[in-house]
Amino acid sequence: MALKHKTPLIDELEKGPWPSFISDIKQVAERKPMCEDLLGVMEQSYMDKEGHWKHGGIVGVLGYGGGVIGRYCDRPDLFPAVAHFHTMRVNQPSSKFYNTDILRKICELWERRGSGLTNMHGSTGDIILLGTTTDELEQVFYELTHNLDMDLGGSGSNLRTPSCCLGKARCEWSCIDTQAITTDLTNEYQDELHRPAFPYKFKFKTSGCPNDCVAAIARADCSIIGTWRDDIRIDQEAVRAYAAGEFAPNGNAHGTGPSALDVQKEVCDLCPTRCIDWDGKNLKIWDENCTRCMHCINVMPRALRPGTDTGATILCGAKAPILEGAQLSSVIIPFIKMEPPYEEFKDFVDKMWDWWMENGKNRERLGEQIQRLGLREFLKALELEPDPRMINTPRYNPYIFYDPADVPGGWEIDGVAFRKRHQA
Amino acid sequence: MSEEAKQAIIDFMKSKKGKTKHYFNELCKAVPDLKMRAAKKIINEMVNDGQLKYWSSGSTTLYLLPEHADVGKEEDGMN
Repeated sequence: MALKHKTPLIDELEKGPWPSFISDIKQVAERKPMCEDLLGVMEQSYMDKEGHWKHGGIVGVLGYGGGVIGRYCDRPDLFPAVAHFHTMRVNQPSSKFYNTDILRKICELWERRGSGLTNMHGSTGDIILLGTTTDELEQVFYELTHNLDMDLGGSGSNLRTPSCCLGKARCEWSCIDTQAITTDLTNEYQDELHRPAFPYKFKFKTSGCPNDCVAAIARADCSIIGTWRDDIRIDQEAVRAYAAGEFAPNGNAHGTGPSALDVQKEVCDLCPTRCIDWDGKNLKIWDENCTRCMHCINVMPRALRPGTDTGATILCGAKAPILEGAQLSSVIIPFIKMEPPYEEFKDFVDKMWDWWMENGKNRERLGEQIQRLGLREFLKALELEPDPRMINTPRYNPYIFYDPADVPGGWEIDGVAFRKRHQA
Repeated sequence: MSEEAKQAIIDFMKSKKGKTKHYFNELCKAVPDLKMRAAKKIINEMVNDGQLKYWSSGSTTLYLLPEHADVGKEEDGMN
């Protein structure tokens, strides 16, 4: 079927071996005028080399300050079907487990009340419903909450929809119940999710083990990463079997099939703290020096497993490069049990949010505030003592600056004398 | 106290000529005796009562008075 707009430029995006979102939109455009005009406005943008969208606005659903992102086309004369093209964010179930019935219902709802286009999932983790008009927003919200038992997710200066890895549902390494934690936090902090009062966005992400499959350490203002505080469990017979080539290393992730593993080269020499010894018969791990990098466990999953005294490390301050540069989270609580009802963790969160809300500049992420005011001030607010594990780069760059008043004997610095010795 | 605080917030917003959108912490400055969380409760009530509206860019949220929140104008690109 011939579409309304000629699109020679964006048609180029259909070439090559990759799946193309243009082809996807064209399929829907055959029955949805909104998608025809979406292709048109995209082609127009490619011709003009500038965008024709403006985002943001007062549109939303009653009582919620997030979950809807207003979007308008600045050429409604040319593309009237996308004059409004609002995005709705829907809170995904923890670990994104669905049955086909609910997926069909979501698609049917969006086919009827929106563009039919979805993004499963956005980088925050939500289901993204792309493109609808202002008068459909309340209707979609009503149907989501009443018929599908789903809610909108976070956007704006809110707590964003908490997200997590598959956790214990499918992963033998998960040290914590990531789904239970995420569901609990989502329910506990409904007010923060829907009624914006933070200086900027705030993200919780929960990974079951230090492999960190949701990249919590790179993305979350508060990363909850499963860990253990006893020893890595070793099956010596299985280690020898890896060395003899009876198992495929890395769970066959590299497609080698069963092949002899050079344990010294592939495991011991790649351990970042060199805390593993292999004498050809037995493996010894000096667990007190282990930084939980997971490399040895990843290479020999039949032989090594995380310990049994499990909990989580809490890290704070990750963010993408907007304003200051990109930052990874830093360890704030080296170990916490993370068992329901998570009271200790929630006390920590309350103190953290109080400090951020009282001291944060507009559009300042928690990590930027810690950078601006110092880790020492953050720890004071949290009533936590500095700890050698609160480090920027493991075993390399401790960055806590002690207050002279907190150190027995203290010290004084003579600034004039210092400058004489350091004149440049 | 609650009604006084609400009025103080409205007066503050009206006093800012030429500026219609305000960050949350700016509204809190209108009620300096309240902690942020107490201020949030009042501001939420004002939103529920229709005395304030949200404006969101998608990444940041601001507040405005209803007289500045005209959906029709926004759709026409005037807001």
